Amino acid sequence: MSATRTDAVPLLEAERLALQVGERWLCCEFSLSLAPGECLALLGPNGAGKTTLLHTLAGLREPSVGQVRLGGLPYAAWSPLEAARFRGLLPQQQPDHFAASVLETVLIGRHPHLGRWGWETTEDEAIARQALADVGLQGFETRDVLTLSGGERQRVAIATLLAQSPQLFLLDEPLNHLDLHYQIATLELFRTTVRGANAGKALRHGAVMVLHDINLAARYADHIILLDGRGGVKAGDRDTVLRADLLSQAFGHPLRRLESEGRVVFLPD
Amino acid sequence: MLVATDRPRVGGGRVLMRPGRHHPTLLAAGLLSAAALALLWALVAGDMPIGLSEVFAALGGSEGMAADIVRELRLPRAVAAFVCGGLLATAGALMQVLLRNPLADPYILGISGGAAVGALVALTLGAASIWVDTLAFGGALTAMLLVFGLAHGDGSWTQTRLLLTGVIVAAGCGAAVTLMLALAPDTRVQSMLFWLMGDASGAARPWPGLAVLVLGLAAVMPFARDLNVLARGELNARALGVSVRKLRMGLYVLASLLTATAVTLVGSVGFVGLIIPHLVRLVLGNDQRVLVPAAALAGGTLLTLADTAARTVIAPQQLPVGVLTALIGVPVFLFLLARHPR
Repeated sequence: MSATRTDAVPLLEAERLALQVGERWLCCEFSLSLAPGECLALLGPNGAGKTTLLHTLAGLREPSVGQVRLGGLPYAAWSPLEAARFRGLLPQQQPDHFAASVLETVLIGRHPHLGRWGWETTEDEAIARQALADVGLQGFETRDVLTLSGGERQRVAIATLLAQSPQLFLLDEPLNHLDLHYQIATLELFRTTVRGANAGKALRHGAVMVLHDINLAARYADHIILLDGRGGVKAGDRDTVLRADLLSQAFGHPLRRLESEGRVVFLPD
Repeated sequence: MLVATDRPRVGGGRVLMRPGRHHPTLLAAGLLSAAALALLWALVAGDMPIGLSEVFAALGGSEGMAADIVRELRLPRAVAAFVCGGLLATAGALMQVLLRNPLADPYILGISGGAAVGALVALTLGAASIWVDTLAFGGALTAMLLVFGLAHGDGSWTQTRLLLTGVIVAAGCGAAVTLMLALAPDTRVQSMLFWLMGDASGAARPWPGLAVLVLGLAAVMPFARDLNVLARGELNARALGVSVRKLRMGLYVLASLLTATAVTLVGSVGFVGLIIPHLVRLVLGNDQRVLVPAAALAGGTLLTLADTAARTVIAPQQLPVGVLTALIGVPVFLFLLARHPR
């Protein structure tokens, strides 16, 4: 399948997508296309349906209307394991019920790359250790995940996603529990990966992330989808969607747009 | 392979299991020899002392009373205990992943309750042992289908709904069992209580159970890594390409069938299904590829030891085997737990 796909094909497309939960419409019809090298941020108030939309984009939920295509093909054309090698999801919560080492937990991300009888190899272990280093958790390999702090556990989850090494990252509140330093480090990490660490190499990766911080979205996203919680959707380039009036309306709180040293910031009144 | 090239790292403090840290051949050899020793003890020990050479001769097909005792009495009983322990430990390990609840045991979803109702109906009527077995297995399957149907009702098939439905069905069966015990004639109560606590002495047909255990393990092993992923939550598992719905249905049906077989064979022996998976997890970690087969062997070994002790400690009086599994299991478990402070 991957032989026929080129990087010119969008990583993710939503065509006239609309989502309904029970009687309530979370978002009316909209379309989006994410090319390799791009980051998209999902913004909106609590309960607006950001997670539901992200899960739909991940193919874990049927859209009520419209279609989602991954790498140019509808999810129905992908086997679950093939899809898992192409797109990865960072869930909002990490339910841990059993003790497990950090390294074991990160190695779970290698699952779609191993055969039915496959056992993790030294190569998988090297990938997992590199992923831990990427999130600043070297030396945590043998720690029990049940003993980690919230921020450390979140970084383990990010490392697990990195070990999965998908082309498309779908991140549900990736900054949960992270302090300021790791918030920026995490967004930088994904931006570097998506923009391509080496200039000249073909772009392969893309990211869709649910964020709460409008200013971080303004700084790291190329495109924005803004849900207003009443079914309204604004989707488009960063600068067309991130407007004080649209944001104030969506979040139900007046916001002021300021420019400082070439950066746009929004401050609540 | 990691197994061949990786060296165990013993760093500061507690080192958790990671794939390849335990040499699989050594591990298998250790567990298999423990199982073999437990089975041998079961064949040697008893009212009539029979030496090792006689036991081997009997297994080879020699004649005489000692050979008959070994082949007709001790061997079926030892195999029944081993198979039942293996089935319960495997079912417990699977239930704990299915419900993602470390406190789950094979009986939590009412399988043993259904079997107990069936068996006690047969015992109340004074039916032959084949009918006790048949009604017990039928009761277990009925409980399994009932829980499945009720939990599946709206198609959601969530873990909480499954757990609640199972616990309620189990409670209902418990009430029915108590009622039958209260109404049963005194002469029958003793055999009913022994059935409820588990009794391997009447298990004359352990071989189909052994086949169920082997087939069950063969069915689950190709999916063992999927179970590791499922233990990390349903959403994670789906995003990583696991067909969660099919996997959970398969787990439910398999764990239920293993439990039904064990309960029919020996009775609802307590403790093995809860303690053995935890014990193995404490020592070897939570990789189901290691945990499931290791739990099967360790569960079989524990129940064989407990059953042999149950019939020899204060012979000729027999103790309920469930009491022995608890007496052996509790201290071992507490010791391991104390060694691994959280």
